Amino acid sequence: MTTLPLTEFENTAPLSKPPSSTDIFFDKAFRGLTYTFTLATILLLGYIVFEIGGKALPAFSDYGIGFLTSTTWDVNAGQFGILPEIWGTLYSSILALIIGGFFGITIAIFLTQDFLPYNVEMVLKTIIELLAAIPSVVYGLWGIFCLIPLIRPLADFLNETLGFIPFFSTSLSGPGLLPAALVLAIMILPTVAAVSQDALRSIPHKTKEAAFGMGTTRWEAILRVMLPTASTGIFGALVLGFGRALGETMALAMLVGNSNQISLSLFSPANTLAALLALNFPEAGELETPVLMYAACVLLLITLVVNIAGSLIMASTSSGVKR
Amino acid sequence: MNTPITLTETIRLPNLERQPMEPRALKSIVLSAITVTAAVTACIPLFSVLIMLIYRGGKRLSLEIFYALPPTAFEMGGGFGNAIVGTLFMVGIASVISVPFGVLAAVYLAELGPYSRVSQIARFCAKTMTGLPSILAGVFAYAAVVLVMGSYSAWAGGIALSLLMIPVVMLTAEEAIKMVPQSMKDAALGMGCTPSQSMVKVVLPVAIPGIITGVVLAVARAAGETAPLLFTALFSDYWLQANEPTASLAVLIYNYSGMPFDNQIELAWTASLVLVLMVLVLNVVSRIIGRRKKI
Repeated sequence: MTTLPLTEFENTAPLSKPPSSTDIFFDKAFRGLTYTFTLATILLLGYIVFEIGGKALPAFSDYGIGFLTSTTWDVNAGQFGILPEIWGTLYSSILALIIGGFFGITIAIFLTQDFLPYNVEMVLKTIIELLAAIPSVVYGLWGIFCLIPLIRPLADFLNETLGFIPFFSTSLSGPGLLPAALVLAIMILPTVAAVSQDALRSIPHKTKEAAFGMGTTRWEAILRVMLPTASTGIFGALVLGFGRALGETMALAMLVGNSNQISLSLFSPANTLAALLALNFPEAGELETPVLMYAACVLLLITLVVNIAGSLIMASTSSGVKR
Repeated sequence: MNTPITLTETIRLPNLERQPMEPRALKSIVLSAITVTAAVTACIPLFSVLIMLIYRGGKRLSLEIFYALPPTAFEMGGGFGNAIVGTLFMVGIASVISVPFGVLAAVYLAELGPYSRVSQIARFCAKTMTGLPSILAGVFAYAAVVLVMGSYSAWAGGIALSLLMIPVVMLTAEEAIKMVPQSMKDAALGMGCTPSQSMVKVVLPVAIPGIITGVVLAVARAAGETAPLLFTALFSDYWLQANEPTASLAVLIYNYSGMPFDNQIELAWTASLVLVLMVLVLNVVSRIIGRRKKI
């Protein structure tokens, strides 16, 4: 065994050394940079609200609250009101939420409650997630050329036989509320399904085992134990899906029919705030731009409230589950 | 004195065999059937869209569409090379803005000050921004860029798209950085690294697959967005000029879907096919990268 002479170590610089001043400077600069961008995120959201709100200010002082309750939209007469758009936005979103929510939650149950082998579960989960990846403009195109011809016979049949019910009181002339809401439902389904799945998966295994131990059937366990336990998370999923539906633009601009009317009928054309913006902004003149900014403000406000409510609900569940 | 139990004595037990016609079991079976039906029904639109895209869009798929310009109303043939270039260019701008922004903010959120007031508010803002309707990103970019610059441009389109990418990149990068084992971070600090050295030399390289997954997903989402481009980039029938209105695949599909001319509707389907292929490939890529990360 050979020993190295001590002098060999004494002559080399120590392996560890305190951070040099360059290191300290770099550290401070890097921390500052990351802090700046974090702060910038907050400022960015603030700037978005400020910019849209600021540009809407002239219209706000001109039309006031009456803007929200008036139903005419006449550029030449200078009369603007967005009540039909608010109605259409809420109506189509609620309809989409009912359809998409039902399918989304059912799929979440199907994928989390051991109906399928793990591998099949993952494949199906991926397929549902890919639904979300398809751009909404493609869904719009599909809606125009495939969905509308497909549901037209059904819509005509319902109108002829059940026309006395307000929901079926008009015939489907092409674009309308129902095709728009159906496409909207397809688009929010992945969101609802994914978030509900997270809520159901975060329930500890023991909970379900205890239910089975009590002698429940699978569905008694799901309906009386799993769903109530995950209910806050599922509710959050629905609220987030609702937020998505409110702001969705292209599918609605292409399918909803863009007609300024308030009707209960599922087959009548309608309009939404986002579709109004999409269609009118490119050709808006001096007079119309602030009005559209006002409409954008209303949409921003509605979606912000819904989304903040959604993320607050989600936050409360995730902190509750971790325990 | 105990009496021995004789074998002939029968013990009365309830029937423990499964009774499919019993109400409780029947209810369970019916509900299961409904669930399976719903899940299968939900997959129909996806396959319907894909089949229609291949059937109607596949007809026109040729090299011409990649280098030709869009046709005018009564012209036959044509393509949308300029829209592909425009989409790539604007998504590129959006990525250049949003990737550094998102990753640097995520570093702070995940490591440098995870529980500070600023982090909590910023995280909340980012989550809120993921729910921001895409059309409002367009309205904002219109007010902040188009009105200031005085013209519709690819820059405005890219900035509008970046608003949608930033929160996605940021939140996924934060998760990816948090996934890096604490022992690695501790080891780096134990070697005498400053926090930022440990971030740049150890944590970020380890977290990179997760970060790339998020970036690719954000890019895929941005490539398909139409609403923010409607009045920031507008549309153009000519090749890309960054300071002029710029074509994109998504806006081309939207514009041509309402046209009465078969040629343009066919092009809309082909453009959809190209766009969906792009988006799906990006999604698959992100999944492959994300899977490798776990091993």
